Amino acid sequence: MKRMRTTQLVKLLAVAFALTLAAAACGSDDDATGTATSECGSDLAVELGDSVTDLSVAVVAPSAKDDVAFTQSMIDSLARLGIEPQITDGTFVVEEAAAAIRAYAEDGIDIVIAHGTQYGGSLVEIAPDFPETSFLWGTAEDTQGIENVYAYFPEADQGGYVNGVIAAKLADGADIGVVGPVEAGDAVAYIEGFALGAEANGASTSIVYTGSFSDVALATETAQAHADNGVAILTGTSQSAVGAVNVATANDLPWFGTQSNTEAWSSDLTVASQVYHWDVVISTMIEQIEDGTLGGEAMGLTLENGGLVMEFNGCFDLDSDVRADAEATIDDIIAGDIKTN
Amino acid sequence: MSDFFSLSVIVATLATAIRFAVPYLLAALGETIGQRSGVLNLGVDGIMLLGAFGAYYTVLETDSHLFGIFVGLAIGVVMGVVYAVVTVFLHAQQGISGIGIFLFGLGFSDLLFQELVGTPKPIKPLPTLDELPLVGPIFEPLVDLEYVGTLLFDHNLLTYLAFALVPVVTWLLMKTTFGLNVRAVGENPQAADSLGVSVTRTRFTAIVLGSSMAGLAGATLSLQLAIFQHNLTNGIGFIAVALVYFGAWRPRWVMAGALLYGLVTATRLKWQSLDIIPQGASDIAAMAPAVITILALVLLANRVRGPAALTKPFTR
Repeated sequence: MKRMRTTQLVKLLAVAFALTLAAAACGSDDDATGTATSECGSDLAVELGDSVTDLSVAVVAPSAKDDVAFTQSMIDSLARLGIEPQITDGTFVVEEAAAAIRAYAEDGIDIVIAHGTQYGGSLVEIAPDFPETSFLWGTAEDTQGIENVYAYFPEADQGGYVNGVIAAKLADGADIGVVGPVEAGDAVAYIEGFALGAEANGASTSIVYTGSFSDVALATETAQAHADNGVAILTGTSQSAVGAVNVATANDLPWFGTQSNTEAWSSDLTVASQVYHWDVVISTMIEQIEDGTLGGEAMGLTLENGGLVMEFNGCFDLDSDVRADAEATIDDIIAGDIKTN
Repeated sequence: MSDFFSLSVIVATLATAIRFAVPYLLAALGETIGQRSGVLNLGVDGIMLLGAFGAYYTVLETDSHLFGIFVGLAIGVVMGVVYAVVTVFLHAQQGISGIGIFLFGLGFSDLLFQELVGTPKPIKPLPTLDELPLVGPIFEPLVDLEYVGTLLFDHNLLTYLAFALVPVVTWLLMKTTFGLNVRAVGENPQAADSLGVSVTRTRFTAIVLGSSMAGLAGATLSLQLAIFQHNLTNGIGFIAVALVYFGAWRPRWVMAGALLYGLVTATRLKWQSLDIIPQGASDIAAMAPAVITILALVLLANRVRGPAALTKPFTR
C-alpha cells in the first residue's frame, strides 16, 4: 500500500512537472533569450510587481518619468520590482538634481538613484556626507571610488547591433538614417553598435548628432534631412527622438527604438526596441544593500543577463526569416561570437 | 561636399531653414513691438511654452488646429496682461520679472503636461497648403513644381502668416498713430506723456500684443512638431530676444536674423546627414548657430542704437 502511494506520488509529480513546463512555454511572450513580442494594440504600461524590499527608494532623473526613453526605463524597472519610488524628474539642470539628491538623503531615504551620467560630480560631493545611504548612479561604469555608490550601465551596443542587423535586412540596399542626441554615454554605444550591425549586413548609415538630448525640433529636422536624402529606415535615441518618430510616421519609414519601447509613439512603424530592464541589476544591488554592502561595484545590462530585451512589435509584420536572423544574432552576441563595439 | 551643392539639397536645406525660422520670427516680432515701447520681456520663452502646451493639448482633445492656435494666442494675451501689470503698473524690474515669467511658464507647462497628458502622444501635424480642406487641390500643382514647390508652397499656413506679419508689424510701428506712440514712449516716455500720450496704456497694449505673438509662436512650434514635452522650446524665446537686438529693432532685419539662424542650423544638420561634417565634430557644429549669432551681435552692437528708454520703468 505504502509502495503504491509512493509510485502514484512520483507519477503525480511527473505530470505536474510536465504541466508546469507546458504552462511556462504557453504563457510567456518571450520567444528566445533576450527577446519578447508585444501583442498588437496591447497596453504597454508596466504593472506594479510584488515588492522585493522594504527599503525606501527615490529617483532623480533628467527627463520626465514617462518620456518613453531613459527615465521611463528606470521607473518601469522599479515597478517590476514592486517599488514605487519618490521621483524628482525633469532635472536637466545638474544643480537642481544635486539639491534633490541631497534632500532625499537628508530625509533618510535608503536608496537614492541618481539616474543621469551628469550627476556624477554631485555624487562625489554628496555621497560621502551620507555614509548610511546607498546611491545608485548611472549610466556609469565606475563608482568613482566611493564606497556607498553603485554604478550601472547598459551595454547598449548589443541591442544596437541587433537593431542594425534587422534594419539592414529591411533597408534592401538603401541608406539608414540615425538621429543621435549627444555623442556620449549609452547613446553613442547604441548608435555605434547599430552602425556595426547594419554595415556587417551590407547597409550604410548616416549618423547625425543634434547636440541635445531634449531638442525635439532639431531631432525632427534631422530626421527630415535623412528622409529628404532618401533613407529607408530611421532610428534614434533620447527623449527628443519623439520628433524623429513623427517624421518616420509621416514618411512611412520603419523605426527602431532603444531605452524604452517606442511603440507608444508609433504603434505601426516601430519594428523593434531595445528595452532597458534595470531591475536585473537593481535587484542585485538591493540584495547587497540589505546585506550591508552599500556600494563599490558597477553592474551592466546585457542581452545575456536579461537586462537588455529586444521587444518586437506585434503590429509590425516582420518577415520570419529576418526575425530568425535577429534571434541568431542575439545568440551569437551572447556566445561572444559577434563583437558589437 | 559636392552633394551639398546639388539643387535639390540646397532647396531642401532652404525649406528646412524656413520651417526652423518661423517660431523664432513670430516670437521676435512680438518682442520687437514690446521693446520699441521700452519694455524688455525675458519671459518670452515661458510664454511660448505655455502657448505650446495649450495648443498641443487643445488639438489632442478636440482635433482642431484652429482651436489650438486660438488657445495658444489667448494664453499669450493672458500672460501679456500679467507681465504688463507687473512691469507697467507695479514698476517691477523688467529683467527679473521676465525671468520669473519664464520660470513660471517652464514649470507650469510641465506640471500641466504631466498631470493632463503624461507620456508624449503625437497629434496630427499641421496641414500644408495642399492638404488644406476645400482649397488644398488648388495648391497641389504649385506644390508639385520642381524645387520651387518644395521651397515656397510646401509649408503650413502659420509659416505664411509669420512672414506676412513682417510688413504688418512694420506698418504698425512706422505708419500708424499707435506705432508712433509706441516709438515715442520707447524713446522718451516723459516727453510722450507731456504731449498727452498715455505711456501706461501704450506700453500695456504693446506688451500684450507682443506676448500674444509669443503664445502664437509656441503654438506654432508644438503644432509643427505635432508633440509637446518638457521644455519644448529649448531656449527659442531667449534667442528670439537676441534676434531683436540682431535686427536692430526693425522687423525686416529681425526676419533676416531668424532666417540666418534657421539657415545655419539647417545647413549644419544637412552637412552632418551627408557626412560633410565628420561625426567627431558634431559638438562644434552644434555651437555654430549660436556662435554666428553672437558674432553678428558683436559686429552690430556699435552701429545701431536701441530704444533709449528700454528697460526703464515710467513714473510721472
